[in-house]
Amino acid sequence: MSHYELRCRECGRTWGNQPRSICDECFSPLEVAYDYDALRTQVVEGTFSRERISQRAPNMWRYSELLPLPQSFTPRLPVGFTPLFNAPHLAQKLSGTAVAGNLYIKNDAVCMPTLSFKDRVVAVALSQARAFGFDTVSCSSTGNLANAVAAHAAREGLKAWIFIPSDLEPAKILGTNVFGAKVVRIAGNYDQVNRLCSQIADEHRWGFVNVNLRPYYAEGSKTVGFEIAEQLGWRLPDNIVCPMAGGSLITKIKKAFDELIKLGLVEPKEVKFFGAQATGCSPISTAVKTGSSEIEPQKPNTIARSLAIGNPADGHYALKTIKNSGGWSEDVSDPEVVDSIRLLAEAEGIFTETAGGVTVGCAGKLYRQDRILPDETTVLCITGNGLKTTDVLAGVYKTERPIAPKLTEFEAYLQQTLDVDEVPGVVAAAQEAAEVGA
Amino acid sequence: MPITVQIPTALRRHTAGVGSITCAASNLTELFSVLDEKFPELKPHLRDDKGQIRRFLNIYVNEEDIRFLGGQTYAFQEGDEVLLVPSIAGGVE
Repeated sequence: MSHYELRCRECGRTWGNQPRSICDECFSPLEVAYDYDALRTQVVEGTFSRERISQRAPNMWRYSELLPLPQSFTPRLPVGFTPLFNAPHLAQKLSGTAVAGNLYIKNDAVCMPTLSFKDRVVAVALSQARAFGFDTVSCSSTGNLANAVAAHAAREGLKAWIFIPSDLEPAKILGTNVFGAKVVRIAGNYDQVNRLCSQIADEHRWGFVNVNLRPYYAEGSKTVGFEIAEQLGWRLPDNIVCPMAGGSLITKIKKAFDELIKLGLVEPKEVKFFGAQATGCSPISTAVKTGSSEIEPQKPNTIARSLAIGNPADGHYALKTIKNSGGWSEDVSDPEVVDSIRLLAEAEGIFTETAGGVTVGCAGKLYRQDRILPDETTVLCITGNGLKTTDVLAGVYKTERPIAPKLTEFEAYLQQTLDVDEVPGVVAAAQEAAEVGA
Repeated sequence: MPITVQIPTALRRHTAGVGSITCAASNLTELFSVLDEKFPELKPHLRDDKGQIRRFLNIYVNEEDIRFLGGQTYAFQEGDEVLLVPSIAGGVE
Protein backbone atom coordinates (compact mmCIF):
# COMPACT_ATOMS: atom_id res chain seq x y z
CA MET A 1 0.00 0.00 0.00
CA SER A 2 1.47 3.23 -1.12
CA HIS A 3 1.51 6.39 1.02
CA TYR A 4 0.27 8.47 -1.92
CA GLU A 5 -2.28 8.31 -4.70
CA LEU A 6 -3.81 10.38 -7.47
CA ARG A 7 -6.75 12.58 -6.56
CA CYS A 8 -8.87 14.89 -8.67
CA ARG A 9 -8.21 18.44 -7.69
CA GLU A 10 -11.76 19.56 -8.44
CA CYS A 11 -14.14 16.70 -7.55
CA GLY A 12 -11.88 14.84 -5.11
CA ARG A 13 -12.25 11.40 -6.67
CA THR A 14 -9.23 9.19 -6.04
CA TRP A 15 -7.62 7.16 -8.79
CA GLY A 16 -4.97 5.07 -7.06
CA ASN A 17 -1.68 5.09 -8.92
CA GLN A 18 -1.72 4.83 -12.70
CA PRO A 19 -0.44 6.74 -15.74
CA ARG A 20 -3.23 9.27 -15.93
CA SER A 21 -3.45 13.03 -15.57
CA ILE A 22 -7.15 13.72 -16.04
CA CYS A 23 -10.20 12.82 -14.01
CA ASP A 24 -12.67 11.04 -16.27
CA GLU A 25 -15.51 12.23 -14.07
CA CYS A 26 -15.01 15.96 -14.42
CA PHE A 27 -12.12 16.32 -16.88
CA SER A 28 -10.04 18.19 -14.28
CA PRO A 29 -6.35 17.65 -13.48
CA LEU A 30 -5.16 15.03 -11.04
CA GLU A 31 -2.54 15.61 -8.40
CA VAL A 32 -0.69 13.42 -5.94
CA ALA A 33 -2.16 13.35 -2.43
CA TYR A 34 -0.21 11.97 0.55
CA ASP A 35 -1.09 10.46 3.87
CA TYR A 36 0.07 13.45 5.89
CA ASP A 37 -1.02 11.96 9.21
CA ALA A 38 1.36 9.06 8.71
CA LEU A 39 4.13 11.45 7.66
CA ARG A 40 3.54 13.63 10.72
CA THR A 41 4.02 10.56 12.89
CA GLN A 42 7.33 9.88 11.17
CA VAL A 43 8.43 13.45 11.88
CA VAL A 44 7.48 13.11 15.56
CA GLU A 45 9.16 9.70 15.87
CA GLY A 46 12.31 11.09 14.29
CA THR A 47 12.46 8.94 11.16
CA PHE A 48 11.66 11.98 8.99
CA SER A 49 12.93 14.78 11.22
CA ARG A 50 15.12 17.73 10.23
CA GLU A 51 18.10 15.99 11.80
CA ARG A 52 17.49 12.73 9.97
CA ILE A 53 17.01 14.50 6.64
CA SER A 54 20.21 16.50 7.09
CA GLN A 55 22.18 13.26 7.59
CA ARG A 56 21.06 11.89 4.24
CA ALA A 57 23.00 12.16 0.96
CA PRO A 58 22.97 15.66 -0.56
CA ASN A 59 20.47 15.12 -3.34
CA MET A 60 16.72 15.46 -3.84
CA TRP A 61 16.05 11.87 -2.71
CA ARG A 62 16.56 13.03 0.89
CA TYR A 63 12.90 14.12 0.74
CA SER A 64 11.64 10.77 -0.60
CA GLU A 65 8.82 10.60 1.92
CA LEU A 66 7.26 13.62 0.19
CA LEU A 67 7.74 12.29 -3.33
CA PRO A 68 5.59 9.76 -5.21
CA LEU A 69 8.23 7.05 -5.63
CA PRO A 70 7.48 3.36 -6.19
CA GLN A 71 8.42 1.15 -3.25
CA SER A 72 10.96 -0.75 -5.31
CA PHE A 73 12.67 2.43 -6.49
CA THR A 74 16.40 2.89 -5.95
CA PRO A 75 17.82 6.25 -7.04
CA ARG A 76 20.56 5.93 -9.64
CA LEU A 77 21.48 9.60 -10.04
CA PRO A 78 22.27 12.23 -7.40
CA VAL A 79 19.83 14.80 -8.75
CA GLY A 80 19.26 18.15 -7.05
CA PHE A 81 20.52 19.70 -3.84
CA THR A 82 21.94 22.50 -5.91
CA PRO A 83 23.67 25.44 -4.20
CA LEU A 84 21.71 28.21 -2.52
CA PHE A 85 23.92 31.18 -1.88
CA ASN A 86 23.90 34.81 -0.96
CA ALA A 87 24.12 37.29 -3.86
CA PRO A 88 25.32 40.58 -2.31
CA HIS A 89 26.62 42.18 -5.49
CA LEU A 90 23.44 41.40 -7.42
CA ALA A 91 21.38 42.70 -4.48
CA GLN A 92 23.30 45.96 -4.65
CA LYS A 93 22.70 46.24 -8.38
CA LEU A 94 19.02 45.31 -8.27
CA SER A 95 17.88 47.14 -5.18
CA GLY A 96 20.35 50.01 -5.29
CA THR A 97 20.86 49.87 -1.55
CA ALA A 98 23.55 48.69 0.78
CA VAL A 99 21.36 46.01 2.34
CA ALA A 100 22.91 43.13 0.50
CA GLY A 101 22.63 40.11 2.76
CA ASN A 102 19.09 39.10 1.97
CA LEU A 103 19.11 38.09 -1.67
CA TYR A 104 19.77 34.45 -2.53
CA ILE A 105 20.23 32.50 -5.73
CA LYS A 106 18.95 28.93 -5.97
CA ASN A 107 21.24 27.70 -8.69
CA ASP A 108 19.69 24.89 -10.71
CA ALA A 109 21.97 25.88 -13.60
CA VAL A 110 24.19 23.18 -12.10
CA CYS A 111 21.55 20.52 -11.46
CA MET A 112 22.68 16.97 -12.26
CA PRO A 113 22.81 15.58 -14.90
CA THR A 114 21.61 18.04 -17.58
CA LEU A 115 22.00 21.44 -15.93
CA SER A 116 18.41 22.48 -15.38
CA PHE A 117 15.66 21.96 -12.78
CA LYS A 118 13.93 19.62 -15.23
CA ASP A 119 16.22 16.85 -13.98
CA ARG A 120 14.16 16.87 -10.80
CA VAL A 121 10.78 16.32 -12.44
CA VAL A 122 12.07 13.74 -14.88
CA ALA A 123 13.78 11.77 -12.12
CA VAL A 124 10.41 11.31 -10.40
CA ALA A 125 8.45 10.71 -13.62
CA LEU A 126 10.83 8.01 -14.82
CA SER A 127 10.75 6.19 -11.50
CA GLN A 128 7.04 5.74 -12.17
CA ALA A 129 7.47 5.04 -15.89
CA ARG A 130 9.46 1.95 -15.04
CA ALA A 131 7.00 0.87 -12.35
CA PHE A 132 4.10 1.19 -14.81
CA GLY A 133 5.96 -1.00 -17.29
CA PHE A 134 6.67 1.53 -20.03
CA ASP A 135 9.65 0.76 -22.24
CA THR A 136 9.44 4.11 -24.02
CA VAL A 137 9.28 7.55 -22.44
CA SER A 138 8.46 10.75 -24.21
CA CYS A 139 7.79 14.46 -23.82
CA SER A 140 6.99 17.70 -25.53
CA SER A 141 9.69 20.17 -24.64
CA THR A 142 11.12 23.63 -25.06
CA GLY A 143 14.58 22.11 -24.61
CA ASN A 144 15.59 21.54 -21.00
CA LEU A 145 12.99 18.83 -20.51
CA ALA A 146 14.15 17.19 -23.73
CA ASN A 147 17.72 17.06 -22.40
CA ALA A 148 16.58 15.66 -19.06
CA VAL A 149 14.26 12.97 -20.45
CA ALA A 150 16.93 11.85 -22.94
CA ALA A 151 19.66 11.62 -20.31
CA HIS A 152 17.60 9.92 -17.61
CA ALA A 153 16.15 7.48 -20.15
CA ALA A 154 19.67 6.53 -21.21
CA ARG A 155 20.60 5.96 -17.59
CA GLU A 156 17.47 3.89 -16.96
CA GLY A 157 17.75 1.88 -20.17
CA LEU A 158 14.49 3.22 -21.59
CA LYS A 159 13.81 4.35 -25.15
CA ALA A 160 13.08 8.07 -25.54
CA TRP A 161 11.02 9.92 -28.12
CA ILE A 162 11.34 13.68 -27.80
CA PHE A 163 9.08 16.21 -29.52
CA ILE A 164 10.37 19.77 -29.88
CA PRO A 165 9.55 22.94 -31.78
CA SER A 166 11.90 23.05 -34.78
CA ASP A 167 13.39 26.46 -33.84
CA LEU A 168 14.98 25.37 -30.56
CA GLU A 169 18.50 26.45 -29.67
CA PRO A 170 21.07 24.15 -31.37
CA ALA A 171 22.72 23.32 -28.03
CA LYS A 172 19.43 22.00 -26.66
CA ILE A 173 18.84 19.83 -29.72
CA LEU A 174 22.40 18.50 -29.66
CA GLY A 175 22.09 17.98 -25.91
CA THR A 176 19.17 15.66 -26.62
CA ASN A 177 20.62 13.86 -29.65
CA VAL A 178 23.77 12.94 -27.76
CA PHE A 179 21.92 10.63 -25.38
CA GLY A 180 20.61 8.55 -28.27
CA ALA A 181 17.04 9.80 -28.05
CA LYS A 182 14.80 9.95 -31.10
CA VAL A 183 14.21 13.66 -31.67
CA VAL A 184 11.13 14.68 -33.62
CA ARG A 185 11.20 18.32 -34.74
CA ILE A 186 7.77 19.81 -35.25
CA ALA A 187 7.18 22.77 -37.54
CA GLY A 188 5.23 24.70 -34.95
CA ASN A 189 5.45 26.31 -31.53
CA TYR A 190 5.51 24.51 -28.18
CA ASP A 191 1.76 24.72 -27.73
CA GLN A 192 1.27 22.92 -31.02
CA VAL A 193 3.86 20.30 -30.06
CA ASN A 194 2.13 19.81 -26.74
CA ARG A 195 -1.26 19.39 -28.34
CA LEU A 196 0.16 16.82 -30.73
CA CYS A 197 1.69 14.92 -27.81
CA SER A 198 -1.69 14.78 -26.06
CA GLN A 199 -3.04 13.13 -29.21
CA ILE A 200 -0.08 10.74 -29.51
CA ALA A 201 -0.43 9.79 -25.84
CA ASP A 202 -4.00 8.82 -26.67
CA GLU A 203 -2.81 6.39 -29.32
CA HIS A 204 0.52 4.97 -28.10
CA ARG A 205 1.36 3.27 -24.83
CA TRP A 206 4.27 5.51 -24.01
CA GLY A 207 5.11 7.25 -20.77
CA PHE A 208 4.80 10.93 -21.61
CA VAL A 209 6.37 12.63 -18.63
CA ASN A 210 4.31 15.79 -19.06
CA VAL A 211 1.08 14.15 -20.23
CA ASN A 212 0.06 10.83 -18.66
CA LEU A 213 2.85 10.92 -16.02
CA ARG A 214 2.37 14.62 -15.31
CA PRO A 215 0.97 14.37 -11.75
CA TYR A 216 4.09 12.44 -10.66
CA TYR A 217 6.46 14.53 -12.75
CA ALA A 218 5.17 17.79 -11.28
CA GLU A 219 5.90 16.60 -7.73
CA GLY A 220 9.63 16.62 -8.50
CA SER A 221 9.51 20.42 -8.62
CA LYS A 222 8.70 20.49 -4.93
CA THR A 223 12.29 19.55 -4.13
CA VAL A 224 13.37 23.08 -5.13
CA GLY A 225 11.17 24.34 -2.29
CA PHE A 226 12.31 21.71 0.23
CA GLU A 227 15.94 22.55 -0.48
CA ILE A 228 15.44 26.30 -0.22
CA ALA A 229 13.85 25.85 3.22
CA GLU A 230 16.53 23.48 4.47
CA GLN A 231 19.40 25.54 3.05
CA LEU A 232 18.04 28.68 4.72
CA GLY A 233 18.32 26.81 8.03
CA TRP A 234 14.84 25.27 8.02
CA ARG A 235 13.02 28.53 7.55
CA LEU A 236 11.01 29.99 4.70
CA PRO A 237 12.01 33.13 2.78
CA ASP A 238 9.82 36.23 2.52
CA ASN A 239 9.75 36.14 -1.28
CA ILE A 240 10.27 33.70 -4.14
CA VAL A 241 10.89 34.94 -7.67
CA CYS A 242 10.28 32.16 -10.14
CA PRO A 243 10.28 31.96 -13.95
CA MET A 244 7.01 30.75 -15.46
CA ALA A 245 6.49 28.72 -18.61
CA GLY A 246 3.68 26.21 -18.02
CA GLY A 247 3.34 27.67 -14.53
CA SER A 248 3.94 24.43 -12.63
CA LEU A 249 7.18 25.20 -10.74
CA ILE A 250 5.82 28.19 -8.81
CA THR A 251 2.78 26.22 -7.66
CA LYS A 252 4.90 23.27 -6.58
CA ILE A 253 7.32 25.40 -4.55
CA LYS A 254 4.24 26.70 -2.79
CA LYS A 255 3.03 23.14 -2.23
CA ALA A 256 6.47 22.21 -0.84
CA PHE A 257 6.39 25.06 1.67
CA ASP A 258 2.83 24.17 2.69
CA GLU A 259 3.84 20.55 3.26
CA LEU A 260 6.84 21.51 5.40
CA ILE A 261 4.56 23.71 7.51
CA LYS A 262 1.91 20.99 7.71
CA LEU A 263 4.50 18.51 8.99
CA GLY A 264 6.02 20.96 11.46
CA LEU A 265 9.41 20.93 9.72
CA VAL A 266 9.38 24.76 9.39
CA GLU A 267 7.56 27.53 11.22
CA PRO A 268 4.45 28.78 9.40
CA LYS A 269 5.08 31.84 7.25
CA GLU A 270 3.25 33.69 4.48
CA VAL A 271 5.65 33.61 1.55
CA LYS A 272 4.98 35.95 -1.37
CA PHE A 273 5.31 34.36 -4.79
CA PHE A 274 6.45 36.46 -7.74
CA GLY A 275 6.26 35.14 -11.28
CA ALA A 276 8.64 36.12 -14.08
CA GLN A 277 7.91 35.96 -17.81
CA ALA A 278 9.27 37.34 -21.05
CA THR A 279 7.10 40.14 -22.45
CA GLY A 280 6.93 38.25 -25.76
CA CYS A 281 5.19 35.38 -24.01
CA SER A 282 3.48 36.63 -20.89
CA PRO A 283 0.00 35.12 -20.55
CA ILE A 284 0.29 34.66 -16.79
CA SER A 285 1.89 38.00 -15.93
CA THR A 286 -0.64 39.74 -18.17
CA ALA A 287 -3.48 38.12 -16.22
CA VAL A 288 -1.87 39.19 -12.92
CA LYS A 289 -1.37 42.76 -14.09
CA THR A 290 -4.85 43.15 -15.56
CA GLY A 291 -6.55 41.48 -12.60
CA SER A 292 -8.06 38.82 -14.84
CA SER A 293 -9.03 35.47 -13.39
CA GLU A 294 -8.57 33.77 -16.77
CA ILE A 295 -5.45 33.16 -18.83
CA GLU A 296 -5.69 34.40 -22.41
CA PRO A 297 -3.37 32.34 -24.63
CA GLN A 298 -0.67 34.14 -26.62
CA LYS A 299 1.49 33.40 -29.65
CA PRO A 300 5.02 33.35 -28.21
CA ASN A 301 7.64 35.68 -29.65
CA THR A 302 10.71 35.81 -27.41
CA ILE A 303 14.33 34.69 -27.24
CA ALA A 304 13.44 33.03 -23.92
CA ARG A 305 12.39 29.88 -25.71
CA SER A 306 12.37 27.73 -22.61
CA LEU A 307 9.54 29.94 -21.32
CA ALA A 308 7.74 30.24 -24.66
CA ILE A 309 4.49 28.55 -23.72
CA GLY A 310 1.55 30.66 -24.85
CA ASN A 311 -1.14 28.41 -23.37
CA PRO A 312 0.29 27.47 -19.96
CA ALA A 313 -1.22 24.24 -18.62
CA ASP A 314 -0.84 25.34 -15.00
CA GLY A 315 -1.41 29.03 -15.70
CA HIS A 316 -4.66 29.07 -13.80
CA TYR A 317 -3.03 27.63 -10.68
CA ALA A 318 0.09 29.82 -10.99
CA LEU A 319 -2.19 32.85 -11.13
CA LYS A 320 -4.01 31.73 -7.98
CA THR A 321 -0.75 31.01 -6.16
CA ILE A 322 0.58 34.48 -6.94
CA LYS A 323 -2.64 36.32 -6.11
CA ASN A 324 -3.38 34.42 -2.90
CA SER A 325 0.16 35.00 -1.62
CA GLY A 326 0.04 38.77 -2.12
CA GLY A 327 2.74 38.52 -4.78
CA TRP A 328 2.89 39.89 -8.29
CA SER A 329 4.20 39.07 -11.74
CA GLU A 330 6.42 41.00 -14.09
CA ASP A 331 7.80 40.54 -17.57
CA VAL A 332 10.86 41.81 -19.41
CA SER A 333 11.80 42.48 -23.03
CA ASP A 334 14.37 40.44 -24.95
CA PRO A 335 17.12 43.12 -24.63
CA GLU A 336 16.46 43.17 -20.88
CA VAL A 337 16.84 39.38 -20.81
CA VAL A 338 20.30 39.64 -22.38
CA ASP A 339 21.32 42.50 -20.06
CA SER A 340 20.16 40.49 -17.07
CA ILE A 341 22.09 37.37 -18.11
CA ARG A 342 25.21 39.57 -18.23
CA LEU A 343 24.36 41.27 -14.95
CA LEU A 344 24.07 37.97 -13.06
CA ALA A 345 27.27 36.68 -14.63
CA GLU A 346 29.26 39.83 -13.87
CA ALA A 347 27.81 40.31 -10.37
CA GLU A 348 27.85 36.75 -9.07
CA GLY A 349 29.71 34.51 -11.50
CA ILE A 350 26.60 32.59 -12.56
CA PHE A 351 25.99 32.01 -16.25
CA THR A 352 22.29 31.37 -16.68
CA GLU A 353 20.17 30.77 -19.74
CA THR A 354 17.49 33.14 -21.01
CA ALA A 355 14.95 32.01 -18.39
CA GLY A 356 17.39 33.10 -15.67
CA GLY A 357 17.75 36.44 -17.43
CA VAL A 358 13.98 36.77 -17.26
CA THR A 359 14.00 36.03 -13.53
CA VAL A 360 16.80 38.48 -12.73
CA GLY A 361 15.29 41.20 -14.94
CA CYS A 362 11.87 40.82 -13.33
CA ALA A 363 13.41 40.81 -9.85
CA GLY A 364 15.00 44.18 -10.65
CA LYS A 365 11.61 45.56 -11.64
CA LEU A 366 10.01 44.20 -8.47
CA TYR A 367 12.69 45.86 -6.32
CA ARG A 368 12.24 49.15 -8.15
CA GLN A 369 8.47 48.93 -7.66
CA ASP A 370 9.01 48.31 -3.92
CA ARG A 371 7.04 45.09 -4.23
CA ILE A 372 10.17 43.38 -2.90
CA LEU A 373 12.00 45.27 -0.16
CA PRO A 374 15.78 45.09 0.33
CA ASP A 375 15.57 43.89 3.93
CA GLU A 376 13.34 40.93 3.03
CA THR A 377 14.78 37.46 2.41
CA THR A 378 14.30 36.84 -1.29
CA VAL A 379 15.23 33.80 -3.36
CA LEU A 380 15.61 33.94 -7.13
CA CYS A 381 15.11 30.57 -8.83
CA ILE A 382 17.71 30.18 -11.55
CA THR A 383 16.52 27.14 -13.44
CA GLY A 384 18.85 26.66 -16.40
CA ASN A 385 22.40 27.01 -17.69
CA GLY A 386 23.71 29.72 -20.00
CA LEU A 387 25.86 27.34 -22.00
CA LYS A 388 22.65 26.05 -23.61
CA THR A 389 21.56 29.44 -24.97
CA THR A 390 24.80 31.09 -26.04
CA ASP A 391 23.19 32.10 -29.35
CA VAL A 392 21.43 35.02 -27.65
CA LEU A 393 24.82 36.52 -26.80
CA ALA A 394 26.06 36.30 -30.39
CA GLY A 395 27.43 39.69 -31.37
CA VAL A 396 27.48 41.03 -27.82
CA TYR A 397 31.21 40.42 -27.47
CA LYS A 398 33.49 41.19 -30.40
CA THR A 399 36.26 38.80 -31.31
CA GLU A 400 39.57 40.47 -30.46
CA ARG A 401 42.42 40.71 -32.96
CA PRO A 402 45.16 38.25 -31.94
CA ILE A 403 48.50 39.73 -30.95
CA ALA A 404 52.01 38.29 -31.25
CA PRO A 405 53.35 36.46 -28.17
CA LYS A 406 55.69 39.35 -27.25
CA LEU A 407 55.66 41.55 -24.16
CA THR A 408 56.08 44.68 -26.27
CA GLU A 409 53.04 43.71 -28.32
CA PHE A 410 51.03 43.26 -25.18
CA GLU A 411 52.15 46.61 -23.75
CA ALA A 412 51.15 48.31 -27.00
CA TYR A 413 47.83 46.49 -26.92
CA LEU A 414 47.28 47.60 -23.35
CA GLN A 415 47.95 51.23 -24.24
CA GLN A 416 45.53 51.03 -27.16
CA THR A 417 42.65 49.25 -25.54
CA LEU A 418 42.56 50.18 -21.88
CA ASP A 419 42.56 53.22 -19.74
CA VAL A 420 45.86 52.30 -18.06
CA ASP A 421 45.09 54.44 -15.02
CA GLU A 422 42.47 51.82 -14.11
CA VAL A 423 44.84 48.85 -14.28
CA PRO A 424 46.25 48.31 -10.75
CA GLY A 425 49.41 46.56 -11.89
CA VAL A 426 50.28 49.34 -14.31
CA VAL A 427 49.63 52.00 -11.69
CA ALA A 428 51.80 50.19 -9.14
CA ALA A 429 54.63 49.74 -11.65
CA ALA A 430 54.51 53.42 -12.56
CA GLN A 431 54.66 54.39 -8.88
CA GLU A 432 57.58 52.05 -8.30
CA ALA A 433 59.44 53.49 -11.27
CA ALA A 434 58.83 57.03 -9.97
CA GLU A 435 60.12 56.08 -6.51
CA VAL A 436 63.25 54.44 -7.90
CA GLY A 437 63.84 57.52 -10.02
CA ALA A 438 63.49 59.76 -6.96
CA MET B 1 -21.60 22.85 -43.11
CA PRO B 2 -20.03 19.39 -42.62
CA ILE B 3 -17.16 19.35 -40.14
CA THR B 4 -15.36 16.53 -38.37
CA VAL B 5 -15.01 16.38 -34.59
CA GLN B 6 -12.35 14.21 -32.92
CA ILE B 7 -13.15 13.05 -29.39
CA PRO B 8 -10.28 12.12 -27.06
CA THR B 9 -10.12 8.74 -25.33
CA ALA B 10 -10.83 10.32 -21.94
CA LEU B 11 -14.30 11.27 -23.15
CA ARG B 12 -15.17 8.27 -25.26
CA ARG B 13 -16.87 6.39 -22.47
CA HIS B 14 -19.52 9.10 -22.69
CA THR B 15 -19.88 8.57 -26.44
CA ALA B 16 -20.21 4.77 -26.41
CA GLY B 17 -16.67 4.57 -27.73
CA VAL B 18 -17.22 6.87 -30.69
CA GLY B 19 -13.96 8.72 -31.44
CA SER B 20 -15.00 10.86 -34.37
CA ILE B 21 -18.19 12.26 -35.85
CA THR B 22 -19.04 14.29 -38.91
CA CYS B 23 -21.79 16.81 -38.40
CA ALA B 24 -23.18 20.11 -39.61
CA ALA B 25 -22.58 23.13 -37.39
CA SER B 26 -21.78 26.70 -38.29
CA ASN B 27 -20.23 27.74 -34.97
CA LEU B 28 -19.21 26.44 -31.55
CA THR B 29 -22.65 26.93 -30.01
CA GLU B 30 -24.25 24.85 -32.74
CA LEU B 31 -21.54 22.23 -32.43
CA PHE B 32 -22.22 21.85 -28.71
CA SER B 33 -25.95 21.52 -29.44
CA VAL B 34 -25.21 18.70 -31.88
CA LEU B 35 -22.97 16.96 -29.35
CA ASP B 36 -25.52 17.44 -26.56
CA GLU B 37 -28.17 15.79 -28.66
CA LYS B 38 -26.00 12.97 -29.89
CA PHE B 39 -24.20 12.27 -26.60
CA PRO B 40 -26.25 13.57 -23.66
CA GLU B 41 -23.77 12.11 -21.16
CA LEU B 42 -20.98 14.18 -22.64
CA LYS B 43 -22.59 17.53 -21.91
CA PRO B 44 -21.46 18.07 -18.30
CA HIS B 45 -17.89 17.19 -19.29
CA LEU B 46 -17.68 19.92 -21.89
CA ARG B 47 -19.38 22.78 -20.08
CA ASP B 48 -19.81 23.77 -16.45
CA ASP B 49 -23.05 24.54 -14.60
CA LYS B 50 -23.13 28.03 -16.10
CA GLY B 51 -22.76 26.74 -19.63
CA GLN B 52 -19.15 27.95 -19.97
CA ILE B 53 -16.63 25.75 -21.76
CA ARG B 54 -14.71 23.86 -19.11
CA ARG B 55 -11.40 25.47 -18.19
CA PHE B 56 -9.39 22.34 -18.86
CA LEU B 57 -10.85 21.65 -22.29
CA ASN B 58 -9.00 23.06 -25.29
CA ILE B 59 -10.68 23.23 -28.68
CA TYR B 60 -8.64 23.32 -31.87
CA VAL B 61 -9.74 23.89 -35.45
CA ASN B 62 -7.29 22.49 -38.00
CA GLU B 63 -4.50 22.53 -35.39
CA GLU B 64 -5.21 26.12 -34.30
CA ASP B 65 -6.57 27.00 -30.85
CA ILE B 66 -10.09 28.28 -31.51
CA ARG B 67 -9.43 31.21 -29.16
CA PHE B 68 -7.03 32.60 -31.77
CA LEU B 69 -9.78 32.32 -34.41
CA GLY B 70 -12.39 34.27 -32.51
CA GLY B 71 -13.64 31.56 -30.16
CA GLN B 72 -17.43 31.46 -30.04
CA THR B 73 -17.66 33.85 -33.01
CA TYR B 74 -15.61 31.66 -35.35
CA ALA B 75 -17.69 30.43 -38.32
CA PHE B 76 -16.79 26.86 -39.23
CA GLN B 77 -15.65 26.30 -42.80
CA GLU B 78 -16.57 23.21 -44.77
CA GLY B 79 -14.20 20.38 -43.94
CA ASP B 80 -12.88 21.90 -40.71
CA GLU B 81 -11.43 19.32 -38.33
CA VAL B 82 -12.26 20.10 -34.71
CA LEU B 83 -10.16 18.57 -31.93
CA LEU B 84 -11.24 18.39 -28.31
CA VAL B 85 -8.05 18.09 -26.26
CA PRO B 86 -7.77 18.00 -22.49
CA SER B 87 -5.46 20.63 -21.03
CA ILE B 88 -2.89 18.83 -18.92
CA ALA B 89 -2.42 20.72 -15.69
CA GLY B 90 -0.77 19.62 -12.48
CA GLY B 91 -2.78 21.21 -9.74
CA VAL B 92 -1.86 22.41 -6.28
CA GLU B 93 -3.21 21.99 -2.79
